[in-house]
Amino acid sequence: MMKKIFALVLALAMTLALVACGGGDDGTADQSSGEKVVKIGVFEPQTGDNGAGGKQEILGMQYANYVQPTVSIGGEEYQVKLEIVDNRTTAENGPSAAAELVNRGVSVVLGSYGSGVSMAGGAVFSEAGIPAIGVTCTNPQVTSDCDVYYRICFLDPFQGTVLANYAYKELGVTTAYTLAMLGSDYDQGLVYYFTEAFKALGGTVVAEDFPEGSANFVSYINNAKSAGAGVIFAPVSTNYAQLIIEAAAAQGYTGDLLGSDTWDNNMVVESSKGKDVSVKITTFYQEGGNPEFDAGIKEWMNANPDALTNNGGNDMVSAVTAMGYDAYFTALQAIEKAGSTDPKAILEALPSVSYEGVSGLIEFDEIGDAKRDVAYIKAANTESGEWEFVKIQGVN
Amino acid sequence: MLPYFINGVTAGGQYALIAIGYTLVYGILRLINFAHGDVFMVAGLIMVYTSASMPMYIALPLVLILTVVLGFVIERVAYKPLRQAPRMSLMISAIGVSYLIQNLAFYITGGLPQPVTHPIPWISDTITIFGETTKRVTIITPFLTIALVFALVYLINHTRIGMGMRAAAKDFETAQLMGVKINSVISMTFVIGSFLAAVGAMLYFTNYPSVAITSGGMPGLKAFVAAVFGGIGSIPGAVVGAFIIGICEEIIKGLGYTTFSDAFTFVILIIVLCVKPTGLFGEKVTDKV
Repeated sequence: MMKKIFALVLALAMTLALVACGGGDDGTADQSSGEKVVKIGVFEPQTGDNGAGGKQEILGMQYANYVQPTVSIGGEEYQVKLEIVDNRTTAENGPSAAAELVNRGVSVVLGSYGSGVSMAGGAVFSEAGIPAIGVTCTNPQVTSDCDVYYRICFLDPFQGTVLANYAYKELGVTTAYTLAMLGSDYDQGLVYYFTEAFKALGGTVVAEDFPEGSANFVSYINNAKSAGAGVIFAPVSTNYAQLIIEAAAAQGYTGDLLGSDTWDNNMVVESSKGKDVSVKITTFYQEGGNPEFDAGIKEWMNANPDALTNNGGNDMVSAVTAMGYDAYFTALQAIEKAGSTDPKAILEALPSVSYEGVSGLIEFDEIGDAKRDVAYIKAANTESGEWEFVKIQGVN
Repeated sequence: MLPYFINGVTAGGQYALIAIGYTLVYGILRLINFAHGDVFMVAGLIMVYTSASMPMYIALPLVLILTVVLGFVIERVAYKPLRQAPRMSLMISAIGVSYLIQNLAFYITGGLPQPVTHPIPWISDTITIFGETTKRVTIITPFLTIALVFALVYLINHTRIGMGMRAAAKDFETAQLMGVKINSVISMTFVIGSFLAAVGAMLYFTNYPSVAITSGGMPGLKAFVAAVFGGIGSIPGAVVGAFIIGICEEIIKGLGYTTFSDAFTFVILIIVLCVKPTGLFGEKVTDKV
């Protein structure tokens, strides 16, 4: 009996310890001084395969919050407080992280990086009636299957088509090899749209999948070589992107590696540095698009060692950071228009938002998607280890 | 087919280095050391951190030393106090250690995969062999593995501590009564296992240069499968099993069934165990270590 009680106490202690760890992120100033506060939830991965990207997206929001820490609602100044939770990349963890935000009483949610987890969280937000603004989740189902989800980025059908057009028309490739992770909504969705568009243009596609947790991509690269593919299209997590670049370089693959917005990450470009590979990706923003924003956030990051670490150790501005920044201001405008911190009022105000962000004009269509018709194409400079702007590509 | 075969041999060599750790410990303690895959992952992490901050000739020995110390400490802290306990408690303790290591690594790395920014020079160079480009480490791994296995077999058959290990594998209690210092023999087993895992990690993370906290999971699991496949407790069995699994896996990918490459590994395990429950080399009970 004593043993049982002891075990129970131990188990409880451990659970409590875990809860304490989970809540460790919100170490910001406590708003107990009677100031009016509006809470914006940040629903982003900080660990797992997309942890690096999620952290960069949060940086954009934190910088935006630093630039504009208040919002005026009905003539009164409100402090904006970011409530950050870690959804740990995977759809299984999405609902509990979303529920955590609901419990903290947020008025509107930003995020996530990654589509699968956004869809999983969307159900919870929908039930609670809290509007969510997707930042870089590009799968169509995020908004189409959820009444409270809006988003500020382009969609996978668009992105996949852009890449197919770029590969076929600009790179002059007729055979493409696609590589996606099994069970990833994002990967599989993009490969599907890319394949549709590429085949419609007259090309052929060889498609393969890899199981989660793979590290050895050498055989996949060999398969692409033996298929005679001019491009390898792999819309995978940053983690796998690095391994694919490494394997392609080791195997002397001479074609282009095509990546999607997930590849727009400092770690990816770093891993191509000094290697004989050609990496080209689509993304939302290219450093230099808004010099004022670039300079401001660089200064802010360099003054914050933590921010610099979360950005991958340097001050390159990632597209997802710019998108996080825009998402924050989009949310602020919605709150202002609603004139209330009530989630319902904000949800009603969202369709009328029109915000000129650093990544372009943000307006929503009837489904809740941003109206976007171009994507940036950038290439990795393997000498300097930086992204270089190539062109702005539409679907034609 | 050639590049797939070369890759398979390399993967097999890496699995073999981990599989020996499983099989050695099992041979003596009858314990499946679930933490072994995580020791492998920690060796990778140590390599990332040391190689970034100090020269290679200090960093690499340090990886070996720290990994060996980790293996030694795990045994002393988590397994030795349970020597008289039921075997199930020991196994649960091993699972506990495995999760403890993973979560500590999670805390230290922030949950992000750590890229190997300073790969070991020379072996990470790209070379061309039979018209196929690959890294030098791919070619070196199987030979180094075989050389280490021969060294290990020599150690077991021709040294005093090796004799102790054989005695302990045969009959734990009797060996103790005959004056074999059982604790130092067991410690030595963990030291050897961790050392080989560290070598395996160096080779593995030269080829796939990113260490995640789950990096030890799949290679560890496959190495364990290899050990069972070859007949757990048998060193040649573990090595042969590892090479078979590595080669089959890559050939399957080469045939275009990439989706099933992992599933295949486990199907082969089930089939072998159904046909030969003791594994390929499992019957030779005299060859436990």
